[in-house]
Amino acid sequence: MPQNDLVDDQEGRVTALAAARQAVPAPEEPILELKDVKIHFAVTAGVFKRVVGHVRAVDGIDLQVRRGEVLGLVGESGCGKTTLGKGILQLVNITNGSVTYRGNGETVDLAELDSKALTPFRKRLQIVFQDPYSSLNPAFTIFGSLEDPLKKYGVTTRAERRRVIGDLLEAVNMSRDAMDRYPHEFSGGQRQRIGIARALCVEPELIVCDEAVSALDVSIQAQVLQLLMELKRDKNLTYIFITHDLSVTEYLCDRIAVMYLGKIVELCDAEDLYANALHPYTEALLSAIPVADLDKQTERIVLEGDVPSPVDPPSGCRFHPRCRHARDICRQAEPPLKRYEIDGRDHYAACHLIEREAAD
Amino acid sequence: MTATLPGPGTRTTARPRTRHDRQFDRIRAREEAGTFKAPVQGRFFSKFRSNKLAMIGLVVFSVIVLASICAPLLTTHDPQQINLRAMLQPPSADHWFGTDRTGRDVFARVLYGGQVSILVGLGSALMATIIGVLIGIYTAYVGGWVDALAMRISEILMAFPQIILVLMLVAILGQSLSNLVLIFTLTGWGGIYRMARARMLSLREEDYVQALRAFGLAPALIAYKHILPNALGPIMVNTTLSTAAFILQEAGLSFLGLGVPLSTPTWGNILNVAQDLRVLENNWWLWLPVGIVISLFVLSVNLIGDGLRDATDPSQQG
Repeated sequence: MPQNDLVDDQEGRVTALAAARQAVPAPEEPILELKDVKIHFAVTAGVFKRVVGHVRAVDGIDLQVRRGEVLGLVGESGCGKTTLGKGILQLVNITNGSVTYRGNGETVDLAELDSKALTPFRKRLQIVFQDPYSSLNPAFTIFGSLEDPLKKYGVTTRAERRRVIGDLLEAVNMSRDAMDRYPHEFSGGQRQRIGIARALCVEPELIVCDEAVSALDVSIQAQVLQLLMELKRDKNLTYIFITHDLSVTEYLCDRIAVMYLGKIVELCDAEDLYANALHPYTEALLSAIPVADLDKQTERIVLEGDVPSPVDPPSGCRFHPRCRHARDICRQAEPPLKRYEIDGRDHYAACHLIEREAAD
Repeated sequence: MTATLPGPGTRTTARPRTRHDRQFDRIRAREEAGTFKAPVQGRFFSKFRSNKLAMIGLVVFSVIVLASICAPLLTTHDPQQINLRAMLQPPSADHWFGTDRTGRDVFARVLYGGQVSILVGLGSALMATIIGVLIGIYTAYVGGWVDALAMRISEILMAFPQIILVLMLVAILGQSLSNLVLIFTLTGWGGIYRMARARMLSLREEDYVQALRAFGLAPALIAYKHILPNALGPIMVNTTLSTAAFILQEAGLSFLGLGVPLSTPTWGNILNVAQDLRVLENNWWLWLPVGIVISLFVLSVNLIGDGLRDATDPSQQG
């Protein structure tokens, strides 16, 4: 992908000029680096399971996750954010590209490892799921569900496992004896906190929060978010926070990546996204955030239609059929994710029209 | 706190007192006297024990099984003793269930017949379940070519005419009780395999399974330990139903001379004589008692199966 400036920067092939342009010093090595990650699912038809197409759920993602940050991953339903999250954890197979993990002096491409070689890295990356009702096994007590992972990662005695699980439950503000109860005895918020405790039980460095608070009502959401932030501070965690709720990311994230149809269309610091969104899709998303102020008249940008099918994405810019600014060039060429600088901070966006506007 | 509560026996509402009120009063009386102890037995057993239907099933099942095992103690008649002077006698003090067309005591035949039928029916059903579940749960979880292979094998065995398969196996292995169980297991595991597979295909997409995978646990551990308990309900019902089916199938095969020898009493071949309309109309004792015993046995297995399923379901309070 030579046309992609971001990739050039990431691979360290930055020219001296570009290095001089960079106002901020280079951040430390990213904990996770995705390069051209594609996750396609074959669509088969007929008796002989002939492949008639591919669902391009994730179609060429380049992304760096810095140690200790909260990276928001936003986009509407079906844009591939959950698939990307599962791909990072190797819960779905990655079709193309690399997922490089750096930590404890090791640098590995998780996508290349087989399940055995992957095991030591499984405990570094964990996931919290969206649906608190299907994320806990109804047939086991909390202790029964959490016991086996601990056993696998070296907590050998039962008494020790009970102590560890008790401590974890206390860390997520639940009582120790919750471990001997079954999932149906808990409320949605409690289950979600247990889900967080489960992710924490192997002391991971990075947690993918897949819509971790979307299924909860607002007051409980605030509690769980608060808890997540406290845990991050105490345990020095890194989060990839997948959500469709931009009001949550504002509160939580350091940087935000906006996804549309399997690609990143905009990536920048959280404040910059809310202050200076560059991509028309981001503008539309931001205009949809409800504001509790009657006098404030915001222009609501309504997107026409649905997200196009990822089996057959539109030519050129994937957003052009729904973009109110679309021009001829948008239908023909796919815009690369380019680096811009706003107030000395990096801001990446994939849109042909940004430069044109600047030129006008 | 106990001071503000009305003591046992004092009523504040006009609701009629029920069994549970009295039970609660007794528990509270014991609590106040300081003699209350939490039950030490596990949740599973206490739930099973408090399930009345399951306990009735267990009693009926035990009675029938014990009666079959202790058959020589319960009757003095030989089930194979032909007595041409006492053909088709109605029930009497000597012959409790009467005699059949060759003068054999039906009561003795029902008792001894239970030995074969229970072994074949329950044995085949359990074997078929174990094999079907072991294969279905694992292959469906792993997926891919393993799953496809298991599916094809089960389809071949299910599509193959059972009688031909039985003839083949009897020709190769000979006629015996254990071969009968083998044949039923071979032809019967497919149904349970497919059911287990179907359950697994939907359960493996649940988030808790994904979470276990994210820990890198072994597939067999996830499939058998963590998912199987959630798939058990319909499988248990299927097992109890196939018990009944196998008991009757045994009669069919024995009738064709492929199962146990006809002279050996089984519930199936006792019932076989009722295919004659004359017997149905005139000699009710030949088919009614054994029919009731088969029904009771199948029902009791079914009740126990239901009880086991409920006892393993944590969301139902015992």
